[in-house]
Amino acid sequence: MSNQALPRPRFNAPEPEQEQKAALKVEITTAPPLRGKVSEIPDAVFGWAMRLCGVAVVALLGLIVYQLAVGSQLSWHAFGWKFFGQSDWNPVEDQYGALPFIYGTIVSSLLALVIAVPLSLGVAVFVTEMCPVALRGALSFTTELLAAIPSVVYGLWAIFVLVPILRQYVQPFLATTLGWTGLFSGPPYGIGMLAAGVILAIMIIPIISSITREVLTVVPQHQREAVLALGATRWEMIRMGVLRNARAGIVGAIILGLGRALGETMAVTMVIGNRPEIAKSLFAPGYTMASVLANEFTEATGDLYLSALIEIGLVLFFVTIVVNALARLMVWSVTRGQPARNIA
Amino acid sequence: MTGVAVLTVALVLLPLFAIFAYLVYKGIGSINFAFLTQTPKPVGEPGGGMANAIVGSMVILSIASLLGVPLGIGAGIFLSEYGRNRYGDIVRFVSDVLNGVPSIVIGIVAYGLVVMRQKHFSALAGGVALAIMMIPTIARTTEQMLLLVPQAIREAAYGLGVSRWRTTLSITLRTATSGVITGVMLAFARVAGETAPLLFTAFGNQFWNWRMDQPTAALSLQIFTYAISPFDEWHRQAWAGALVLIVLIVGAVAAVRIVVRHGTLAAGA
Repeated sequence: MSNQALPRPRFNAPEPEQEQKAALKVEITTAPPLRGKVSEIPDAVFGWAMRLCGVAVVALLGLIVYQLAVGSQLSWHAFGWKFFGQSDWNPVEDQYGALPFIYGTIVSSLLALVIAVPLSLGVAVFVTEMCPVALRGALSFTTELLAAIPSVVYGLWAIFVLVPILRQYVQPFLATTLGWTGLFSGPPYGIGMLAAGVILAIMIIPIISSITREVLTVVPQHQREAVLALGATRWEMIRMGVLRNARAGIVGAIILGLGRALGETMAVTMVIGNRPEIAKSLFAPGYTMASVLANEFTEATGDLYLSALIEIGLVLFFVTIVVNALARLMVWSVTRGQPARNIA
Repeated sequence: MTGVAVLTVALVLLPLFAIFAYLVYKGIGSINFAFLTQTPKPVGEPGGGMANAIVGSMVILSIASLLGVPLGIGAGIFLSEYGRNRYGDIVRFVSDVLNGVPSIVIGIVAYGLVVMRQKHFSALAGGVALAIMMIPTIARTTEQMLLLVPQAIREAAYGLGVSRWRTTLSITLRTATSGVITGVMLAFARVAGETAPLLFTAFGNQFWNWRMDQPTAALSLQIFTYAISPFDEWHRQAWAGALVLIVLIVGAVAAVRIVVRHGTLAAGA
């Protein structure tokens, strides 16, 4: 997981120099050929076949954009920008507004970040700065194991374990202590925005913590030593010498986690309650863009209905792409140009 | 502060152990011979199993691998051997972008590409959706693995008069085999548990189906359907299905790892 998420520092494979090649050629042509002239056709065919595979990757992206754009034409013509501002989702009267889904996606993802970021940073700092070496491998392995669990299994666990716990213990507690904020009011169903946020947090912690860990290991050792030499405690060293240096990379890791949370479908669909309403309370059921696609796509009978759903898919696609591109640039800005991380 | 850090680690590990413990505890009790050999029973009747879904998942994943692995490895070869330039950078960026596309959106695309044309849901459509998800992962890991092969080895082959395509396939790719296969397995494990792109491509099926152009059951779809149902018997089977799914994924990855390790040892690497 971390391998693909973190672009490795690239280097250019050195090409044999042109003059050398030319010189070589002269010599070869003077010597008698060993077994006839080697045909250049297979080489050209192979080269172009591989280039075709590369083109196919780009074409794939084009295909996705094309499919989504064409599919959402009908809805775009019918509603225009109003599509994003209306909260009325009524297949019977063919009225579609995406606002509740956009709201649900943003709120559930932000909630997940609020929970996941401090925990992931804690894990990453612990693993890189404090952890006994013997434990380090085991810890990274277990956090990465979390990333290998299919999201439908997370959802299954959330329905039968997480939701009852939230309903019986967490929600009553939050309602009595923080109920005055209005964020934690209403009947504690268990299922709802809070449950979605918590399960999303559990799912994105491995991503954020493993990338943060890689970013922290890139911070040069002498930074740490310099801060310690100035008389800082270990915690001050971590805060000033390590975290501050890796700031951009950490933000990148967080945004990558956000990108994952925005597009996550199954686990959220299973616990968020699936009601297209905008409620202030986190106890209330909500709906996300990905969940409405999962629930209603196969049931969309009208052309406009299907088109509205595809437009939601288009929005989701663009949001995740922007978020991911941003994150990659930020992680890159820290890790690029530091290939010698083991030497430092 | 050390205490706080230790506490966060404990908080993160807690759900992991809870999930695994629950999965094994709930799943083991529900797996029996019938579960692995029978198709689902109608609501209300006890018994039945997910045999058709297990086979369906394997069929869909085979289609996905057949389509995605060659294309992904090809793109990886392009990136490392032909793409050390601007065009390569474009492909590299695009595959990173593709990696971040939500799986449900990929499902919509496969729906438009295959289901709309065929006029019905099919295993093929599910396979296409999963293949699209595999390609960028395989391309990038293959590229990284091929780049680790020293340039001198390629030059040695050229020096012996071996043509470029032969060098790439028999020398470079062969040297990096274990890494490339690990990348393929990563991609495989990632899509094996996917549910969202299958919802409106493979669609699911309560019966046996051996045709590629018909709706096909998949383990992950079956788990989803059973989990959100109101029946205790189905909940029980959902846990069993989840356990089987994880065992299959881990088993497939482990098996390939072992084979690859023995392969490289035999080759004297």
